[in-house]
Amino acid sequence: MNGEQAPLLQLRHVAKSFGGLRVVYDLDLEVRDGEIVSLIGPNGAGKTTVFNLVTGIYAPDDGEIVLEGRDIAGLPPHKITRLGIARTFQTLRLFLNMSVKENVMAAAYGHTSSTVLESMLRLPRARREEREIAQLAEEKLAFFGQRLVGYRWDQPAYSLSYANRRRLEIARAMATKPRLLLLDEPAAGMNPVETGEMTELIGRLRDEGGYSILVIEHDMHVVEGISDRVVALDHGVKIAEGSFDAVATDPRVVEAYLGLRKRASA
Amino acid sequence: MDRDRTDLPPENVEPGRPRVGVDEWVAQVDQRRDRPTGIAGVARRIGEVVTPPIRLAIVVVLAALVPLWLGEGDLFNYGIFVLLYILLGLGLNVVVGFAGLLDLGYVAFFGFGAYFYALLSSEHYGIHWPAIVSIPLVVLATSLLGLVLGIPSRRLLGDYLAIVTLFFGQAFVVFVNASNPKVAGKGLTGGPNGVADIDPVSFFGYEFTTRTQQYALLLAAGVVVLVGLHFLSESRTGRALRALREDPLAAEAMSIPVNRLKLLAFGIGAGIAGFTGCMFATLLTAVTPGNFDVPILITVYAVVILGGFGSLSGVILGAVVITVSFQFLAPENPQNNARVLFYTIILLAIVLAVRSWWRLLLVLAGTVGLGIAVHAIVAAFAPTWTSGQAVEAGRFGDLISDWVIIPQGHPDFGNVAYVALVVALLVLTQMRPTYRLLAIPAVAYLAAVVWETSFVEQPAVARWILFGALLVVLMNVRPQGLLGTPRVEIA
Repeated sequence: MNGEQAPLLQLRHVAKSFGGLRVVYDLDLEVRDGEIVSLIGPNGAGKTTVFNLVTGIYAPDDGEIVLEGRDIAGLPPHKITRLGIARTFQTLRLFLNMSVKENVMAAAYGHTSSTVLESMLRLPRARREEREIAQLAEEKLAFFGQRLVGYRWDQPAYSLSYANRRRLEIARAMATKPRLLLLDEPAAGMNPVETGEMTELIGRLRDEGGYSILVIEHDMHVVEGISDRVVALDHGVKIAEGSFDAVATDPRVVEAYLGLRKRASA
Repeated sequence: MDRDRTDLPPENVEPGRPRVGVDEWVAQVDQRRDRPTGIAGVARRIGEVVTPPIRLAIVVVLAALVPLWLGEGDLFNYGIFVLLYILLGLGLNVVVGFAGLLDLGYVAFFGFGAYFYALLSSEHYGIHWPAIVSIPLVVLATSLLGLVLGIPSRRLLGDYLAIVTLFFGQAFVVFVNASNPKVAGKGLTGGPNGVADIDPVSFFGYEFTTRTQQYALLLAAGVVVLVGLHFLSESRTGRALRALREDPLAAEAMSIPVNRLKLLAFGIGAGIAGFTGCMFATLLTAVTPGNFDVPILITVYAVVILGGFGSLSGVILGAVVITVSFQFLAPENPQNNARVLFYTIILLAIVLAVRSWWRLLLVLAGTVGLGIAVHAIVAAFAPTWTSGQAVEAGRFGDLISDWVIIPQGHPDFGNVAYVALVVALLVLTQMRPTYRLLAIPAVAYLAAVVWETSFVEQPAVARWILFGALLVVLMNVRPQGLLGTPRVEIA
C-alpha cells in the first residue's frame, strides 16, 4: 500500500444500465475522510443513480464500490447504512405520520440490539437503549439550533415546513451514526437565506459532526461554498473533476450545461 | 433567539408569541382551528388529563367488576367475547396497524391455533396434553406458520398482499372442512363437524370451569398482551414497523431490515391469534370450520378499523362497541333493545354532527317539537294515521305512540317513508351547513317514523341495517377510527 491514506469511499469502473439505457458508465469516484465532494451535472446525468448505487438501492452491473476497504456493491441498503453510509432523498421521504423525534429515533435501529421480547417486557437493556436513542435523537435535532428546537419534536413530521423537512431528513440520516453522508440536493426548494444556512450547515456537519460528505447540488453558490472537490457528470460519464473553479470553467462542463458555444454563436 | 434572520417577518407582535409564518405559529393556528367544541372537546380534555397507566388501571378495574354485574350467560356472550375480540384485534393491529400490511388471511392463524389446541386436548386423537405445555407450543407453531406464510408475501404490497393472504385464509377453511374418514376415523380435522369436547383449560390442576374464572383468565391475558404491545410500540421495533408502514424504501435506507420486520410482524400477529385460538377452542369446547370464515375476518377488521389502525386503546373500544352492539341486537334479545340502540344512534349522530351545545339543544328541541306538532296536526285531520301502537315498546310505548305517527291500515306507508328517508339522508349530506342544521330535526323525525312503522316489522333485516348504520355514522364522524390519529398520505 502506498503512504497516502486510503479513501473512505471508492467507486471503481462502476456501471449501471436500465434496459438499453446506460445511466452510469465506467465511473471512478472517491471520497476521502473529512472531505466534502460535490456531484454536479445537468438533469438526467446520473447523479441520483450514483447515490442509489452507493446506498444499495440498485446493485451495479459492473465495477466495485469500496467502503473502508470492503466491497459493498450488491449489499442490501440496511446493511450498507449499518456500515456507515447514510443518505437523504431528493424527493423527501420522511415518515410523515410519525413525530419529528420518532423519525430520528427510528433511524437508530441499526446500531441498537434489544430483542422483541426484551422490548415487550421492558427489560433493563431495552430501557437503557431507549434512553440512549432518545438522547441521540435530541442531540441530532439540537444540531439544527433554533430551526428544529423542542416545541416541534412531538408534532407529526407532516406538519413541518418544506425546509424543516429537509433538515429533519439530515438529522435522521445522522442518527444512523454514519461516517459518510450522502445529501441529495439539500438546498432544493429553499429560499436564499435558507440556502445560505444550508451551506453553512454542511460545513458544520463536516467540522463539528465529523462526517465526510458527498453532495448532489444544483445551486452553484452552495457548491462553491462547500466543496473541497467537484465532480461533474454528464450522460453517466465523469467529464471533469477538481476544484470548483477548475470544474466550473471546464469547457466540457460548460458545454454539458449550456450546449456548444460555437454552434450558439454561429 | 437569533434576531439577524431576514427571511422571517419582523417581530412586531408582543414578545412570547411566535412570528407569523414560522412552524410554531402554524402549529398554534392549527390547534386553535381544530380545537373541538361540545362533547368531543370534553372527551379530549379528559383524555389529556388521564395518563395511559391510569387509563389502563381504570379500564381493568371496570372490566374486573363486570362479572359482578352480569350473569354467567351474559358474561360469556358479552364479557368473554369482547375479550376474545380484543385479543384478536390486538394481534391484527400489529400486522395492519403497526406495519401496514393488509393481511386478509389473519383468521387462518386464529383457526390454526384453535384447531391445533383442540387436537391436542380432546378425544379426537385421544391426546390430552396439559395446557401449560400445549398453549406455548400452539403459540410458537402459529408464529412459525405466520413466518412461513410471510415469506412468499414479503415482496407483495397493498392489494396484492391482501389477495394472496385472503387465499391463505380461504385455503385454511377448505382444508379443515375436507374430511377423509380414513384418517383417525373422522378425518384429520374432523371435517365439517370439527372437533368437539375440548378439555377445559387448567394450569397445574386448577381448572377454569366457571365463566367468571375464564373471564378472569382472559382478562389477565389481555392485559399482558396489551402492555407488551404498548411497550413494543414504543421501542426500536415498534418505530421500525411504523417506519416501514410509512415508507419502506426510506426505512430500508435508515438501517431497518424491512423484509425481516415484515416477517416479524406476521409472526407476532399470528402468535397472538394462535393464543386467542387456544382460548376460543377451550371456552367454546368445540371448533368447526365455520368459526374461522370470512364473517369473523370482517368483524375483526371492523374492530380494528372502528378503533383506529395502530391504536391499542382503540382496539378495546372497537371490540366493546362491535361485540356489545352485535350481541345486544341478537335475535334472542327483546325487540326493544334494537329500538334503544336506534334512538341512541340517532342521538349520537346529532350530537356529533352538531358541535356546539346551544345548537344541539335547539336541534333536539326542534326534533321533539316537530314530532309533537306533526302528530297533533295529523291526529286532528286524519285520525287513522296516528292510531297505530308502537310494537313491543314497553314503558316507552305510549310516549312513542303519541310522538311518532304510526298509521293503522296503511301497510305501504312504511315502505314509502323508508325510501323518503334514504333520499332525505342523501340530500342532507349535500346541504350547506346552515340549511343542514334546519333539516336535521325533520330527517331525525322521519327516521323515527320509518323505524316505528317499517323496521319493527322486520327485526332481522333491521338489525343488520342498524349495525351498518352505526358503523357508517361512527366512521363518518371519525374516519381515522374512534381513537386513531388522522393520517396524512401525501403532504
